[in-house]
Amino acid sequence: MMNSINLSAIFILIILLFSILAIESKNILKSIVFLSAASILTALIFVIWKAPDVAMTEAAIGAGLTTFLFVLTYFKINTIKKEN
Amino acid sequence: MRKFGALIIILALLYFLGSGLITDLKINRKNNLSQKTARAYINRNVKNPEINNQQLHGKTNNENTAANSVTAVIVDYRSMDTLGEITVLFLAVTGVLALLGSSKNNRIKLEKPNYILKISSKFLFPLIFLFGFYIFIHGHLTPGGGFQGGTIVAAAVLMMYFASNNYRVNTTDIKILESLSGLSFIIIGIFGLFILGDFLQNFLNKGIMGELFSAGIVPIIYILIGLKVSAELSNIVKEFMGDK
Repeated sequence: MMNSINLSAIFILIILLFSILAIESKNILKSIVFLSAASILTALIFVIWKAPDVAMTEAAIGAGLTTFLFVLTYFKINTIKKEN
Repeated sequence: MRKFGALIIILALLYFLGSGLITDLKINRKNNLSQKTARAYINRNVKNPEINNQQLHGKTNNENTAANSVTAVIVDYRSMDTLGEITVLFLAVTGVLALLGSSKNNRIKLEKPNYILKISSKFLFPLIFLFGFYIFIHGHLTPGGGFQGGTIVAAAVLMMYFASNNYRVNTTDIKILESLSGLSFIIIGIFGLFILGDFLQNFLNKGIMGELFSAGIVPIIYILIGLKVSAELSNIVKEFMGDK
Protein backbone atom coordinates (compact mmCIF):
# COMPACT_ATOMS: atom_id res chain seq x y z
CA MET A 1 0.00 0.00 0.00
CA MET A 2 1.13 3.52 -0.78
CA ASN A 3 1.03 5.42 2.50
CA SER A 4 2.12 9.02 3.00
CA ILE A 5 5.65 8.14 4.19
CA ASN A 6 6.41 6.14 1.03
CA LEU A 7 4.96 8.90 -1.16
CA SER A 8 7.05 11.59 0.52
CA ALA A 9 10.16 9.36 0.25
CA ILE A 10 9.65 9.13 -3.51
CA PHE A 11 9.24 12.92 -3.74
CA ILE A 12 12.39 13.49 -1.66
CA LEU A 13 14.40 11.27 -4.03
CA ILE A 14 13.09 13.24 -7.05
CA ILE A 15 13.98 16.52 -5.27
CA LEU A 16 17.51 15.20 -4.69
CA LEU A 17 17.78 14.38 -8.41
CA PHE A 18 16.55 17.85 -9.44
CA SER A 19 18.92 19.55 -7.01
CA ILE A 20 21.93 17.66 -8.40
CA LEU A 21 20.81 18.56 -11.93
CA ALA A 22 20.41 22.24 -10.93
CA ILE A 23 23.97 22.32 -9.60
CA GLU A 24 25.59 20.33 -12.40
CA SER A 25 23.88 21.72 -15.54
CA LYS A 26 26.02 24.11 -17.61
CA ASN A 27 23.13 26.28 -18.88
CA ILE A 28 21.95 28.80 -16.26
CA LEU A 29 18.34 28.90 -17.54
CA LYS A 30 18.06 25.09 -17.26
CA SER A 31 19.46 25.31 -13.74
CA ILE A 32 16.78 27.88 -12.77
CA VAL A 33 14.03 25.62 -14.14
CA PHE A 34 15.34 22.60 -12.20
CA LEU A 35 15.41 24.69 -9.02
CA SER A 36 11.77 25.70 -9.61
CA ALA A 37 10.77 22.05 -10.13
CA ALA A 38 12.47 21.04 -6.88
CA SER A 39 10.62 23.87 -5.13
CA ILE A 40 7.18 22.79 -6.37
CA LEU A 41 7.84 19.18 -5.26
CA THR A 42 8.82 20.53 -1.82
CA ALA A 43 5.42 22.24 -1.71
CA LEU A 44 3.76 18.87 -2.49
CA ILE A 45 5.67 17.28 0.40
CA PHE A 46 4.44 20.03 2.73
CA VAL A 47 0.87 19.26 1.65
CA ILE A 48 1.40 15.54 2.41
CA TRP A 49 2.81 16.44 5.83
CA LYS A 50 -0.32 18.56 6.56
CA ALA A 51 1.30 22.01 6.58
CA PRO A 52 -0.76 23.84 3.90
CA ASP A 53 0.34 27.33 5.03
CA VAL A 54 4.01 26.54 4.44
CA ALA A 55 3.15 24.77 1.18
CA MET A 56 1.39 27.91 -0.07
CA THR A 57 4.39 30.09 0.77
CA GLU A 58 6.75 27.63 -0.91
CA ALA A 59 4.62 27.43 -4.08
CA ALA A 60 4.05 31.20 -4.36
CA ILE A 61 7.51 32.49 -3.41
CA GLY A 62 9.86 29.56 -4.10
CA ALA A 63 8.38 28.29 -7.34
CA GLY A 64 6.64 31.41 -8.64
CA LEU A 65 8.24 34.75 -7.87
CA THR A 66 11.87 33.74 -7.20
CA THR A 67 12.13 31.84 -10.51
CA PHE A 68 11.02 34.88 -12.48
CA LEU A 69 13.35 37.18 -10.53
CA PHE A 70 16.24 34.82 -11.40
CA VAL A 71 15.21 34.83 -15.07
CA LEU A 72 14.98 38.66 -15.10
CA THR A 73 18.43 38.92 -13.50
CA TYR A 74 19.76 36.56 -16.21
CA PHE A 75 18.29 38.82 -18.95
CA LYS A 76 19.72 41.94 -17.27
CA ILE A 77 23.23 40.45 -16.98
CA ASN A 78 23.11 39.51 -20.68
CA THR A 79 22.17 43.07 -21.71
CA ILE A 80 25.00 44.51 -19.55
CA LYS A 81 27.44 42.07 -21.20
CA LYS A 82 26.29 43.18 -24.68
CA GLU A 83 26.76 46.88 -23.80
CA ASN A 84 30.36 46.40 -22.64
CA MET B 1 16.32 69.56 21.10
CA ARG B 2 16.67 66.75 18.58
CA LYS B 3 18.42 64.59 21.17
CA PHE B 4 15.49 65.01 23.56
CA GLY B 5 13.09 63.91 20.84
CA ALA B 6 15.18 60.80 20.18
CA LEU B 7 15.29 60.06 23.90
CA ILE B 8 11.50 60.32 24.16
CA ILE B 9 11.03 57.97 21.18
CA ILE B 10 13.48 55.43 22.64
CA LEU B 11 11.74 55.54 26.03
CA ALA B 12 8.34 55.04 24.36
CA LEU B 13 9.71 52.04 22.41
CA LEU B 14 11.18 50.56 25.59
CA TYR B 15 7.79 50.98 27.26
CA PHE B 16 6.05 49.17 24.37
CA LEU B 17 8.57 46.33 24.46
CA GLY B 18 8.84 45.97 28.21
CA SER B 19 5.25 46.55 29.29
CA GLY B 20 4.32 42.90 28.78
CA LEU B 21 7.31 41.57 30.70
CA ILE B 22 7.27 43.57 33.93
CA THR B 23 4.35 42.32 36.01
CA ASP B 24 4.66 45.04 38.68
CA LEU B 25 3.96 47.84 36.19
CA LYS B 26 0.37 48.71 37.09
CA ILE B 27 -0.53 51.22 34.37
CA ASN B 28 -3.96 50.59 32.89
CA ARG B 29 -3.56 46.83 33.09
CA LYS B 30 -6.62 44.63 32.65
CA ASN B 31 -5.05 41.39 31.39
CA ASN B 32 -2.31 39.05 32.51
CA LEU B 33 0.03 37.83 29.77
CA SER B 34 1.78 35.33 32.01
CA GLN B 35 -1.42 33.29 32.29
CA LYS B 36 -2.21 33.30 28.56
CA THR B 37 -0.67 30.13 27.21
CA ALA B 38 -3.02 28.84 24.50
CA ARG B 39 -3.54 25.54 26.29
CA ALA B 40 -6.10 24.34 23.78
CA TYR B 41 -3.56 24.51 20.96
CA ILE B 42 -0.77 22.93 23.00
CA ASN B 43 -2.91 19.97 24.11
CA ARG B 44 -4.37 19.39 20.66
CA ASN B 45 -3.93 15.81 19.41
CA VAL B 46 -3.54 15.19 15.68
CA LYS B 47 -3.75 11.38 15.78
CA ASN B 48 -7.02 11.12 17.69
CA PRO B 49 -9.34 14.05 16.98
CA GLU B 50 -11.99 12.90 19.46
CA ILE B 51 -9.65 13.52 22.38
CA ASN B 52 -10.21 16.49 24.67
CA ASN B 53 -9.52 20.17 24.00
CA GLN B 54 -10.35 20.05 20.29
CA GLN B 55 -11.32 23.49 18.97
CA LEU B 56 -14.67 23.41 17.17
CA HIS B 57 -16.46 25.72 14.77
CA GLY B 58 -19.30 27.72 16.23
CA LYS B 59 -17.78 27.94 19.70
CA THR B 60 -17.65 31.22 21.57
CA ASN B 61 -15.76 32.45 24.65
CA ASN B 62 -12.45 31.05 23.47
CA GLU B 63 -9.11 32.66 24.25
CA ASN B 64 -8.66 33.08 20.51
CA THR B 65 -11.37 32.42 17.89
CA ALA B 66 -9.25 32.21 14.74
CA ALA B 67 -10.15 28.88 13.12
CA ASN B 68 -6.70 28.59 11.54
CA SER B 69 -4.38 27.93 14.46
CA VAL B 70 -1.28 28.99 12.49
CA THR B 71 -2.80 32.46 12.03
CA ALA B 72 -3.72 32.55 15.70
CA VAL B 73 -0.05 32.07 16.58
CA ILE B 74 1.36 34.41 13.90
CA VAL B 75 -0.99 37.37 14.30
CA ASP B 76 -2.18 37.13 17.92
CA TYR B 77 0.28 35.36 20.22
CA ARG B 78 3.43 36.34 18.29
CA SER B 79 2.30 39.51 16.49
CA MET B 80 5.38 41.39 17.69
CA ASP B 81 7.52 38.90 15.70
CA THR B 82 5.33 39.51 12.64
CA LEU B 83 6.00 43.25 12.99
CA GLY B 84 9.72 42.46 12.94
CA GLU B 85 9.25 40.20 9.90
CA ILE B 86 7.54 43.02 8.04
CA THR B 87 10.40 45.36 8.97
CA VAL B 88 12.90 42.85 7.55
CA LEU B 89 10.93 42.71 4.26
CA PHE B 90 10.82 46.53 4.15
CA LEU B 91 14.61 46.71 4.62
CA ALA B 92 15.09 44.13 1.84
CA VAL B 93 12.97 46.25 -0.53
CA THR B 94 15.02 49.32 0.44
CA GLY B 95 18.19 47.44 -0.47
CA VAL B 96 16.77 46.41 -3.86
CA LEU B 97 15.73 50.01 -4.60
CA ALA B 98 19.19 51.30 -3.61
CA LEU B 99 20.91 48.79 -5.92
CA LEU B 100 18.61 48.86 -8.96
CA GLY B 101 16.96 52.27 -8.81
CA SER B 102 18.45 54.54 -11.44
CA SER B 103 16.99 57.56 -13.20
CA LYS B 104 17.20 56.24 -16.76
CA ASN B 105 14.54 53.97 -18.20
CA ASN B 106 16.19 50.69 -19.24
CA ARG B 107 13.17 48.43 -19.21
CA ILE B 108 13.52 44.89 -20.51
CA LYS B 109 11.57 44.99 -23.78
CA LEU B 110 10.17 41.77 -25.15
CA GLU B 111 10.43 41.87 -28.95
CA LYS B 112 6.99 40.38 -29.52
CA PRO B 113 4.84 39.47 -26.49
CA ASN B 114 3.17 36.09 -26.73
CA TYR B 115 -0.25 36.50 -28.37
CA ILE B 116 -2.03 34.00 -26.11
CA LEU B 117 -0.53 35.61 -22.99
CA LYS B 118 -1.45 39.08 -24.24
CA ILE B 119 -5.15 38.21 -24.72
CA SER B 120 -5.62 35.91 -21.73
CA SER B 121 -3.80 38.16 -19.25
CA LYS B 122 -6.62 40.70 -19.48
CA PHE B 123 -9.08 38.04 -18.24
CA LEU B 124 -6.67 36.38 -15.80
CA PHE B 125 -5.40 39.53 -14.06
CA PRO B 126 -8.64 40.37 -12.13
CA LEU B 127 -9.13 36.69 -11.25
CA ILE B 128 -5.60 36.25 -9.83
CA PHE B 129 -5.92 39.60 -8.04
CA LEU B 130 -9.23 38.47 -6.48
CA PHE B 131 -7.69 35.13 -5.47
CA GLY B 132 -4.82 36.89 -3.70
CA PHE B 133 -7.25 39.13 -1.85
CA TYR B 134 -9.37 36.09 -0.92
CA ILE B 135 -6.28 34.37 0.53
CA PHE B 136 -5.44 37.22 2.85
CA ILE B 137 -8.98 38.21 3.81
CA HIS B 138 -9.75 34.58 4.79
CA GLY B 139 -6.37 34.17 6.50
CA HIS B 140 -7.95 33.45 9.88
CA LEU B 141 -10.31 30.78 8.48
CA THR B 142 -8.41 28.84 5.79
CA PRO B 143 -4.70 28.13 5.18
CA GLY B 144 -2.88 31.16 3.86
CA GLY B 145 -2.52 34.74 4.94
CA GLY B 146 -0.96 38.10 4.26
CA PHE B 147 2.42 36.95 2.97
CA GLN B 148 1.05 34.29 0.60
CA GLY B 149 -1.78 36.48 -0.72
CA GLY B 150 0.56 39.44 -1.23
CA THR B 151 2.92 37.25 -3.24
CA ILE B 152 0.05 36.07 -5.45
CA VAL B 153 -0.97 39.71 -6.15
CA ALA B 154 2.65 40.53 -7.02
CA ALA B 155 2.72 37.51 -9.36
CA ALA B 156 -0.34 38.95 -11.17
CA VAL B 157 1.55 42.25 -11.64
CA LEU B 158 4.56 40.28 -12.96
CA MET B 159 2.32 38.51 -15.50
CA MET B 160 1.02 41.88 -16.76
CA TYR B 161 4.61 43.12 -17.16
CA PHE B 162 5.43 40.05 -19.27
CA ALA B 163 2.24 40.33 -21.33
CA SER B 164 2.64 43.86 -22.66
CA ASN B 165 5.44 46.38 -23.14
CA ASN B 166 3.20 49.35 -22.26
CA TYR B 167 1.94 48.18 -18.85
CA ARG B 168 3.26 50.12 -15.86
CA VAL B 169 2.47 50.36 -12.14
CA ASN B 170 1.87 53.75 -10.54
CA THR B 171 4.69 54.23 -8.04
CA THR B 172 2.92 56.93 -6.01
CA ASP B 173 -0.07 54.65 -5.33
CA ILE B 174 2.25 51.86 -4.17
CA LYS B 175 4.14 54.19 -1.82
CA ILE B 176 0.93 55.57 -0.26
CA LEU B 177 -0.60 52.06 0.14
CA GLU B 178 2.54 50.64 1.70
CA SER B 179 3.11 53.50 4.15
CA LEU B 180 -0.55 53.69 5.20
CA SER B 181 -0.86 49.96 5.87
CA GLY B 182 2.40 49.89 7.84
CA LEU B 183 1.32 52.90 9.90
CA SER B 184 -2.14 51.42 10.60
CA PHE B 185 -0.52 48.24 11.96
CA ILE B 186 1.41 50.31 14.54
CA ILE B 187 -1.68 52.42 15.35
CA ILE B 188 -3.77 49.30 16.02
CA GLY B 189 -0.99 48.06 18.30
CA ILE B 190 -0.99 51.34 20.25
CA PHE B 191 -4.80 51.16 20.56
CA GLY B 192 -4.32 47.75 22.19
CA LEU B 193 -1.79 49.31 24.54
CA PHE B 194 -4.19 52.01 25.67
CA ILE B 195 -7.36 49.89 25.89
CA LEU B 196 -6.07 46.63 27.40
CA GLY B 197 -2.58 47.52 28.57
CA ASP B 198 -0.30 45.60 26.17
CA PHE B 199 1.09 46.37 22.73
CA LEU B 200 -0.91 44.61 19.94
CA GLN B 201 -3.52 43.16 22.31
CA ASN B 202 -6.73 41.85 20.74
CA PHE B 203 -9.17 44.53 21.92
CA LEU B 204 -12.18 43.90 19.64
CA ASN B 205 -15.05 41.47 20.17
CA LYS B 206 -13.84 37.94 19.42
CA GLY B 207 -17.11 36.64 17.98
CA ILE B 208 -17.96 33.07 16.94
CA MET B 209 -15.24 30.75 15.67
CA GLY B 210 -15.45 30.03 11.95
CA GLU B 211 -17.25 33.19 10.85
CA LEU B 212 -15.74 35.87 8.62
CA PHE B 213 -16.15 38.66 11.18
CA SER B 214 -14.50 36.96 14.12
CA ALA B 215 -11.20 36.84 16.00
CA GLY B 216 -11.11 40.58 16.70
CA ILE B 217 -8.15 42.43 15.19
CA VAL B 218 -6.61 39.32 13.55
CA PRO B 219 -8.29 39.68 10.09
CA ILE B 220 -7.70 43.47 10.10
CA ILE B 221 -3.98 43.04 10.74
CA TYR B 222 -3.71 40.26 8.15
CA ILE B 223 -5.41 42.44 5.52
CA LEU B 224 -2.94 45.27 6.31
CA ILE B 225 0.00 42.83 6.07
CA GLY B 226 -1.33 41.54 2.74
CA LEU B 227 -1.63 45.06 1.29
CA LYS B 228 1.87 45.96 2.50
CA VAL B 229 3.51 42.80 1.17
CA SER B 230 1.74 43.06 -2.21
CA ALA B 231 2.85 46.71 -2.59
CA GLU B 232 6.44 45.92 -1.66
CA LEU B 233 6.76 42.87 -3.91
CA SER B 234 5.12 44.71 -6.82
CA ASN B 235 7.75 47.42 -6.34
CA ILE B 236 10.51 44.77 -6.47
CA VAL B 237 9.04 43.36 -9.71
CA LYS B 238 8.87 46.87 -11.19
CA GLU B 239 12.49 47.62 -10.29
CA PHE B 240 13.68 44.28 -11.71
CA MET B 241 11.95 45.06 -15.02
CA GLY B 242 13.86 48.38 -15.05
CA ASP B 243 10.71 50.47 -15.44
CA LYS B 244 10.76 54.15 -14.55
